[in-house]
Amino acid sequence: MNKHIRAFVVPVIAVVVFLAFWEWLVWFNGWPRFKMAAPSDLPPAFERHWPLFLSMGWQTLWRTVVGLLLAVLFGTLLGMIMGFSRTMRDALYPLLVGFNAIPKATVVPIVALMFVGQHDFNTVLLAFMISFFPIAVSVSIGLSTLEPEYRDILRSLGASQATIFWKIALPKTLPEFFGALKVAVTLAFIGTNLMEIVSPHGRGLGALFDSGRTNSDFPLMFAVLIALAFLGIVLYYIVVALEKIFAGWAERSPG
Amino acid sequence: MQNLIEIKDVRHAYRTDAGPLPVLDGLNVSVPEGGFVAVVGPSGCGKSTLTRLIAGLMKPDHGEVWLHGERVKGPRATVGMAFQNPVLLEWRTILKNVLLPLEIVPSKLSRKQAEDRARFLLSLVGLEGFEDKRPSELSGGMRQRASLCRALIHQPEVLILDEPFGALDAFTREDLWQTMHRVKEREPFTGVLITHDLRESIFLADQVVVLSGRPARTQYVLDIPSNGPRTLDDLYTPVAAEQLNILRHQIQIAQGRSTAEEGAA
Repeated sequence: MNKHIRAFVVPVIAVVVFLAFWEWLVWFNGWPRFKMAAPSDLPPAFERHWPLFLSMGWQTLWRTVVGLLLAVLFGTLLGMIMGFSRTMRDALYPLLVGFNAIPKATVVPIVALMFVGQHDFNTVLLAFMISFFPIAVSVSIGLSTLEPEYRDILRSLGASQATIFWKIALPKTLPEFFGALKVAVTLAFIGTNLMEIVSPHGRGLGALFDSGRTNSDFPLMFAVLIALAFLGIVLYYIVVALEKIFAGWAERSPG
Repeated sequence: MQNLIEIKDVRHAYRTDAGPLPVLDGLNVSVPEGGFVAVVGPSGCGKSTLTRLIAGLMKPDHGEVWLHGERVKGPRATVGMAFQNPVLLEWRTILKNVLLPLEIVPSKLSRKQAEDRARFLLSLVGLEGFEDKRPSELSGGMRQRASLCRALIHQPEVLILDEPFGALDAFTREDLWQTMHRVKEREPFTGVLITHDLRESIFLADQVVVLSGRPARTQYVLDIPSNGPRTLDDLYTPVAAEQLNILRHQIQIAQGRSTAEEGAA
């Protein structure tokens, strides 16, 4: 079989087999719709609530993206500070590890109570808090492990620290940065959804999921999961495309 | 004759947690314009510290480093460096890597002239046709050749080579020795070569300086008279054998062992 056809056909068959097995499992056990949803229940669920999916999906998406952008800015800045200064690294690292170790689900009620009613702000804040850590760590490691010879090559010509950063340190850190960004994208979605599901009178796909839960509407809940997965995949591949453009050199050509 | 590089009685100690660690203690090296000095010595004796001093990347505690009649106080654009690690920038093509120093150092060359010069240097070291490749597509020896071109692009007065061929296999290394002679013929420079390969030192340099063990001082200086271009065959003559023997003996003294002890053991 042609290589390109196989690369397309094999995954499609796998997905079809998976859906068929799921459908069969629900049919075989005779589970009703208030207990479990089958794949065939999903299109009607999407159809019934389509306007809601569009508006809620958009809310989830923009909050996640804004939180992620803030995480990129803050994480890069923090990573630069820790990457260039040993003292700052020693000071900030334990704080950062400690903060990261706190399960963010426990932060949700605190944030929701502190900024009560400010749902957009709360959601963006949580997406940001959960996703800046890998970015900060990867940038700081990328910068602090720069071989001294790289600096010396430019320093011996009289280059300033800023020039060394722009010409060498920053581009050299890009592959690590994008690796961390792929992790951060997924994390940011977790943050957004935590806040949307847990905080009362929420909005976004998380709130839609929660309304499905209160009604034991399994088709709606699973439809939300599919919608979230779709958004996550789209954002992930946007990051992959950016990585190809800005750090494509780090990819070894096969063979 | 005025020396281009003059290192006078340099002493230096690194500050460590266990107190000062002296690395250089009375180092004297002079290199005339167009000269090529090889520095050999036991490992960890402070050879790399010497390169950083000449490049102005650090200041000695005592003593003076002079370059072209000026005291070295900081980095200067008239120095080119190549290390054991070629440190090419993976995201740039070979041509753009070679051009890097011209983005820092003010240059009279137009963009076109700079590129022509880079292409000329690359062809001189045998990298014609690799201008648009990425460093990851080149072998270790080829990367080192490109690194050499980068060190020469801004026509530095001094070329500092810190064990540039140390990580290469023996045959590639000998290839690069011959390339060095070809380059020096077309692009004259004053060179300081740090090496631990005695054959390399007598093949490339016209003077070999032996440093003592740490803290290093100038222990011995051997002149390598040259009559005409050198070939690898010159390494297998009685004269070369004698020179290698002298250097080997001096290294043993620097390591704190004498030949007599070695014979007894």
